[in-house]
Amino acid sequence: MKEKLEQIKADAIRQINESEALDKLNDVRVNFLGKKGELTAVLKGMKDVAPEDRPKVGQLVNEARAEIERILDEARTNMERKLREARMRAEVIDVTLPSQRNKVGHRHPNTIALEEVERIFTGMGYEVVEGPEIEKDYYNFEALNIPADHPAKDEQDTFYINSDILLRTQTSGVQVHEMEKGRLPIRMIAPGRVFRSDEVDATHSPSFHQIEGLVIDKKITFADLKGTLAEFAHELFGEETKVKFRPHHFPFTEPSAEMDVSCFKCGGSGCRFCKGEGWIEILGCGMVHPNVLKMSNIDPDVYTGFAFGVGLERIALLKYEIDDMRLLYENDIRFLKQF
Amino acid sequence: MNTPLSWIKAYVPELACEDKEYCDAMTLSGTKVEGFERLDKNLEKIVVGHIEKIERHPDADKLIVCQVNVGAETVQIVTGAQNLKEGDYVPTVLDGGKVAGGHDGGPLPENGIKIKAGKLRGVESAGMMCAIEELGSSKDMYPEAPEDGVYVFRKPVTPGEDAVEALGLHDTVVEYEVTSNRVDCYSILGIAREAAATFRKPFVPPVVEVKGNGEDVNDFISVEIKDADLCSRFCARVCKNIKIAPSPEWMQRRLAACGIRPINNLVDITNYVMMEYGQPMHAYDLDNVSGNKIIVRRAKDGDEFQTLDGQMRKLDSEMLMICDAEKEIGLAGIMGGENSKITDDVKTVLFEAATFNGANIRKSSKRVGLRTDASGIFEKGLDPRNAETAINRACQLIEELGCGEAVGGIVDVKEPFRELEQIRFEPDRINQFLGTDISKDEMLEIFGRLELAYDECTGMITAPSFRQDVGCFADIAEEVARFYGYDKIPTTLPSGEATTGKLTFKLRIEEKARDIAEYCGFSQGMCYSFESPKVFDKLLIPEDSDLRKAVTISNPLGEDFSIMRTISLNGILTSLATNYNRRNKNVRLYELGNIYIPKSLPVVDYPDERMQFTLGMYGEGDFFTMKGVVEEFLESIGMTKKISYNPNAEKTFLHPGRQALIQYKDAVIGYLGEIHPEAADNYDIDTKVYIAVLDMPEILPFASFDRKYEGIAKYPAVSRDISMVVPKDILVGDIEKVIEQRGGKILEEYRLFDIYEGSQIRSGYKSVAYSITFRAKDRTLEESDVAGAMKKILNGLEGLGIELRA
Repeated sequence: MKEKLEQIKADAIRQINESEALDKLNDVRVNFLGKKGELTAVLKGMKDVAPEDRPKVGQLVNEARAEIERILDEARTNMERKLREARMRAEVIDVTLPSQRNKVGHRHPNTIALEEVERIFTGMGYEVVEGPEIEKDYYNFEALNIPADHPAKDEQDTFYINSDILLRTQTSGVQVHEMEKGRLPIRMIAPGRVFRSDEVDATHSPSFHQIEGLVIDKKITFADLKGTLAEFAHELFGEETKVKFRPHHFPFTEPSAEMDVSCFKCGGSGCRFCKGEGWIEILGCGMVHPNVLKMSNIDPDVYTGFAFGVGLERIALLKYEIDDMRLLYENDIRFLKQF
Repeated sequence: MNTPLSWIKAYVPELACEDKEYCDAMTLSGTKVEGFERLDKNLEKIVVGHIEKIERHPDADKLIVCQVNVGAETVQIVTGAQNLKEGDYVPTVLDGGKVAGGHDGGPLPENGIKIKAGKLRGVESAGMMCAIEELGSSKDMYPEAPEDGVYVFRKPVTPGEDAVEALGLHDTVVEYEVTSNRVDCYSILGIAREAAATFRKPFVPPVVEVKGNGEDVNDFISVEIKDADLCSRFCARVCKNIKIAPSPEWMQRRLAACGIRPINNLVDITNYVMMEYGQPMHAYDLDNVSGNKIIVRRAKDGDEFQTLDGQMRKLDSEMLMICDAEKEIGLAGIMGGENSKITDDVKTVLFEAATFNGANIRKSSKRVGLRTDASGIFEKGLDPRNAETAINRACQLIEELGCGEAVGGIVDVKEPFRELEQIRFEPDRINQFLGTDISKDEMLEIFGRLELAYDECTGMITAPSFRQDVGCFADIAEEVARFYGYDKIPTTLPSGEATTGKLTFKLRIEEKARDIAEYCGFSQGMCYSFESPKVFDKLLIPEDSDLRKAVTISNPLGEDFSIMRTISLNGILTSLATNYNRRNKNVRLYELGNIYIPKSLPVVDYPDERMQFTLGMYGEGDFFTMKGVVEEFLESIGMTKKISYNPNAEKTFLHPGRQALIQYKDAVIGYLGEIHPEAADNYDIDTKVYIAVLDMPEILPFASFDRKYEGIAKYPAVSRDISMVVPKDILVGDIEKVIEQRGGKILEEYRLFDIYEGSQIRSGYKSVAYSITFRAKDRTLEESDVAGAMKKILNGLEGLGIELRA
């Protein structure tokens, strides 16, 4: 009996080794372990075995069965691995072939710069608001401490609709709209389109964008203005950027300043980019003029604030080294694709 | 404003610093320096040479050989100059030296021109004798220089001495950007005063004294101001026995360095005083002033007047005139008249130093179309106190320069002066405002430098009259800040109540629009808000369309930029045309920008500014590509209900069979379509262009970023396919409407999977096939549920004249 079992096992192993495909392996399983298989036949023949030998024989049969199953599984695993490897060998591709891209469009450089600025200021708790592009003289000038005969009105070359309505020359009017809402404190930036009567050339456009900023609260100081805008410059142009505040004049702020940043091209040593100065003028700013607060019904003895205005195109041109402003409004796809 | 540094130093004698240091410090204290230029840039080894002998060049007719004494030695120099004679003293650059430029006066090379000894046509030449242009200057600054040739000194000089010094070229011209509030700084004295305060040095203005000749000016002239609202002060003085001659070199140099061409002593004096004091002056020939009388009054509408440049000027009743007893002799503050102008034969001069209303001068100058140096200063609004000193200074210079004799006394007609501004001094408040900790004494020291007077008893600060810009607490704080130093003020961040940083809902939706457009391959363009009224014709917009009612700019850059757009398409089409014309393939652009719809014409109130999300493309893709972009966007902003498309959009600029209004819950939120071939022609685009325009204000009420999880279906779905023969003019949208309306609650989804027109379908019909899916949320559907829903749908479809195919 034992020899017979050994013989069956040996036959099975031989057949397994001879199998070249998965279905052949399956045949082996059926032939030996199936209902009509050889090993099953041995079990069926147990009735001829002496009752006292039956447990022993049963154990032997089960051992042989387990052994065959183990070898079968091993063979199957091996064979499957080989097949998979063969398939993968056939599937080798040239990974240097061109990609297939979803042709995604591109944001305008102005918008990229704007979103950067918005990200910085919303992070500091500023709300992004808007105001009308066609504006009343009052908001664009008078409420900003620029009365009817003020020379600053000439400096700005305004497009007029009529004597009272104009295309805003600055986003500063949004300051007034926000202050008039009477909700304090205010921390806002107001990006938007502005218009000035400049002929189109490499550095001028009759339509461009500004970002206005306004903070009004109790105890706002000039030091806060400096700190906030220095933070902005570091975020926008890099931590190593230095800032310089120079006195200036705007009718709606007092004291007023212009902010320069160290040239991010040469780091301040002077190059063609910064015209050898080492500094680049970035924005105008100042403490909100008491007259402006008063006109919008805010008590300058209680509240103070600062305001600033940034030219968006100026930031975009500098940051992306665009040498001609006209490119921004031509919308040539070869230009836009680069952003 | 350009001024030579030497002139500033004349009034701040202790000022000693490098040019760069001066400019940086001035900028940081508020007098912005735009740039500076050394007049002796690239001038090296240039001495006075004395020409001892001139001989002809042996081999060149046009050259001469000079023996030039340059102090230590006598050298031989060959030159082509024709204006030299033996005994002349000339600026001479020695071997190894440098000059600034060529003798033609062209642009100066950055690093100058090196001069080396060499041979000229075989004859040794050890250097070069210089023309004024080679020294970087011009005949404007040195009127005595020859038209073409070497500069010859007129004043006594010694061979070998520094010629650059002798020419006064060791100087620097500084260009300032003076802000409009600092009228006082449009003058040498104003800037000198700032420089003195910046460097903490004494300010020493000229001492003005007029001797006078013992006669009384009142015997020569009287002044009457009829329109005192436009002229608050008129000072007049008279000078006799005028001898016109060139002004002295030092005066010529100073004027020329400021960009003013020297003319003669009289003209130069008035210009000099204008530069020095910031007070424009005018000189009349008194012999041409009738009746020994000056009357200051408004012109009459329609009057004409010939200004001294010979031009006839049209006047109106808001222009101020200077008149004599009979006639107008000057356009106040702008330009004098031809009829009283100074000629070389002038005997007696009437000087005017007046204060005019700045705004009036500005407007008059604009209307008459004439802006002069004088009007440019007057329009800023001058301090009337300055006029008297300035006119006396002019008379003093007349006397000192031997130009004539000043008649004693001054005619001075004026309105009462504005009271000087008084501001309470609150050092704590200033510190609180600036975020600083500056001592009271330090502030007072700064005020002292600026001539702001502090009265301890009243606690008030009085601003000097020339500081018309100082009028309130913040102005005082600024004075402290700029002289304490902006750079020394600390940097802090605002304290106080925290605020939330955020975008408005509208801006968030626009951000989403950009994201989706870009995912779909569209790049962002930016277009102008103003355009030409011809755009309406290009877009085939009917004559009577409301779109033609646009906000019009009264002073546009030109017709092409004269109306505020009422439709956003021109921008995107123009941009597409630019790309098409440059042979860029497959271009997709979008724009987010406003259109401007007037509420009434003429405009009396804010127009309706409507943000438009405009998409345009040519090349790959078609109408349905564009439709897909629209739907991606709407879904992304929570507009997940059925979007319907009405083909009767009636857009003249779109293909009549390929256009639709986009509707959401019965609101029209935009339109899309193929550009009408004729319109495309008008933009020179010879291919199909698809556009979509979404009207954002219509969309906003439907948009939302709220999302709610609805669960994943637990029960199986049942699908039914139907195939139909449909009359051609029925839209699949109509079929879908029926499916939606009749499918009931268990309708989950329907999907068009086939549409066919052709030989197997009888003409006038098309074959359409839909797969319809049903599902219940709470149970497995019974066959009867589905059959009931399908029956309703099929009945509805039959009602449209649709036949089911087997």
